[in-house]
Amino acid sequence: MGLAAILAGRLGGEDRRIFVPGATTDGHYQIEMACTACHTASFASRDDLQAACEGCHADALDAARDSHPKSKFTDPRNADRTALLDARYCVTCHAEHEPAATHSMGLTVPEDFCVLCHAGISDERPTHDGFEFTTCASAGCHNFHDNTALYEDFLLKHAEAPAVVPGGAIPERNFASIARYVETYPIDAYPLAALTAADADAPASAQLSPASAPPRGAGASAAAGFDAALLEWEASAHAANGVNCTACHAGAGAWSARPGYEACGACHAEEAAGFRQGRHGMRGNAAALGVELPPMPVAEARLPMKAEPRDDAVDCGSCHPAHEFDTAFAAVDACLGCHDDEHSLAYPSSPHAEPGSDARAGRVTCATCHMPRVEKSYEWGAYVHVLVQHNQSDGLRPAEKMIRSVCIECHGLGFSIDALADAELTRRNFDAPPGAHVPSIDLAVERRGSAARTTLNHARQGANE
Amino acid sequence: MKRPHMKRPAIAAAGLCAAAAGASFLASADAGDEPVFSPKQLADMLHLVMESDRTVYTRVIVNRLTLQDKVITASEHFEDDQALALPAQMFRFGSEMVASKSEDFSYSLQSEWAVNRQNMPRTDAEKTGLAYIAENPGERYYTEEELGGVTYFTAVYPDVAVAPACVSCHNEHPDSPRRDFEIGDVMGGVVIRIPLE
Repeated sequence: MGLAAILAGRLGGEDRRIFVPGATTDGHYQIEMACTACHTASFASRDDLQAACEGCHADALDAARDSHPKSKFTDPRNADRTALLDARYCVTCHAEHEPAATHSMGLTVPEDFCVLCHAGISDERPTHDGFEFTTCASAGCHNFHDNTALYEDFLLKHAEAPAVVPGGAIPERNFASIARYVETYPIDAYPLAALTAADADAPASAQLSPASAPPRGAGASAAAGFDAALLEWEASAHAANGVNCTACHAGAGAWSARPGYEACGACHAEEAAGFRQGRHGMRGNAAALGVELPPMPVAEARLPMKAEPRDDAVDCGSCHPAHEFDTAFAAVDACLGCHDDEHSLAYPSSPHAEPGSDARAGRVTCATCHMPRVEKSYEWGAYVHVLVQHNQSDGLRPAEKMIRSVCIECHGLGFSIDALADAELTRRNFDAPPGAHVPSIDLAVERRGSAARTTLNHARQGANE
Repeated sequence: MKRPHMKRPAIAAAGLCAAAAGASFLASADAGDEPVFSPKQLADMLHLVMESDRTVYTRVIVNRLTLQDKVITASEHFEDDQALALPAQMFRFGSEMVASKSEDFSYSLQSEWAVNRQNMPRTDAEKTGLAYIAENPGERYYTEEELGGVTYFTAVYPDVAVAPACVSCHNEHPDSPRRDFEIGDVMGGVVIRIPLE
């Protein structure tokens, strides 16, 4: 058989690794077998490739109020700059399959790219005179796309915040209180009323099925397994809020012994969508990838992972095992069941793990930082859903993205910036005050003198005087 | 995307675009595919819409709510401050939305005294045009220029301080390089570009 026939066979089959031209970046390697997610057509143009990038990443850029939107580079007046750095296309800076040229954040351009357009910055900002190009993107200074926690007035506004904000706490989840407003929530079939084991609506056939309620322990019967599951469910938030057996197991009509995340997503749509956007669930994002990929086994993670769960596939149940759906387990134990890196292993000895570190929830967990509580407003504020961001990668691209969504709930901005800039401290899971100092707030105060912000309120104040 | 229907302008020796045929009423659907407007006319019409919308937003929204009714402020950081977007920001957002949808024309707000230095004139046409409209109140500047291998019809229109908010914000902003603006002053210019085929 000729080489062409072999390649053709691979192209049409599942194992396309032979076609991967170079190691895929950390952000994309999980989906590298979904070649057409990015390479949408044979001999696709750069614009085709760009459309694929935007298909997955445009929403995140919009949410970050992208500091360098494509429109800056399509503007004819910047044609000379675009000739130097063609940022109309993501791949100009984030080329894929080029491991030798790839550095942090999947960047494949030399680190001095800021200088191409901002070489004269010290004329405008004398405080920047003499800065090396390597300092531009230091945590706490600038981010090419997301400066929502780094712009000068924000720095000034938070310049005086203490290292630890007294009473700092993450907001409380509120799904039960807003479920009635969520269009997809089956409120008619499952009213928000507490249920007991006597109310369980699982059919008799399911109660005897080992598949739906695996026997607990050697020699235990399926019925015993069902009883154990029933007790767990009865104590769960699901039972407390009227979510009966069929809500998850028969949402599509027929009884399903092992509901997938489609079942979870029927009610928890935002959480499921976030999960599919992050590295835990990106393989399940069939809408974006155009193909169904099996969930990632733990062993395929590039971060250090424990051996025992290596063959486990990551899905909702990995962190939220039925039927307890214990969010306390999901917030720490589930993470540490797989993650085996120094940062994770150091968590138990971190001040974050101490009781009282979160004034409301009790302590800061892995999820507190990596799956933050975010507010989503519906119908222009008619109701606000405080939900858990299930895209745990969102705050890590880069880490200073966590400042607004997480850190400043409990810490001052300056402390947060310094802590995130201290790589060794991050590795030890923040077991001491920051050893690094980023002078961004100092520079802003030096230049502006005070925390006065610029608004048209000036005119209003003038009118009032 | 199709180019707008237009006649290529006659270019005078001085580089200014000579006015072409006047606008005519399109009597049929077929006529809708016929070139009618010169790039200059097209730019003038685009600017009329931009200037009008911008003035209405400044007066009816920003001035009324911040100065007259005093129910809200307007702020550069309008999301964080739960305030109104500044008129210049509204203009820029529209420009960015157009840029995301079409390459048939582009526009920007620039000034020799821009708060954001990135909005100071960069090309020769911008520098010449902004200086011209500042020195010749009420006049516009038209020219052609080549950028990135593409020839553009470029029009520069004066952007005048129409409200106290325009003046006070620019006179008080810590990054503003000029702080003596008065109502009626030319504070900058709107630059519209149309690629010529």
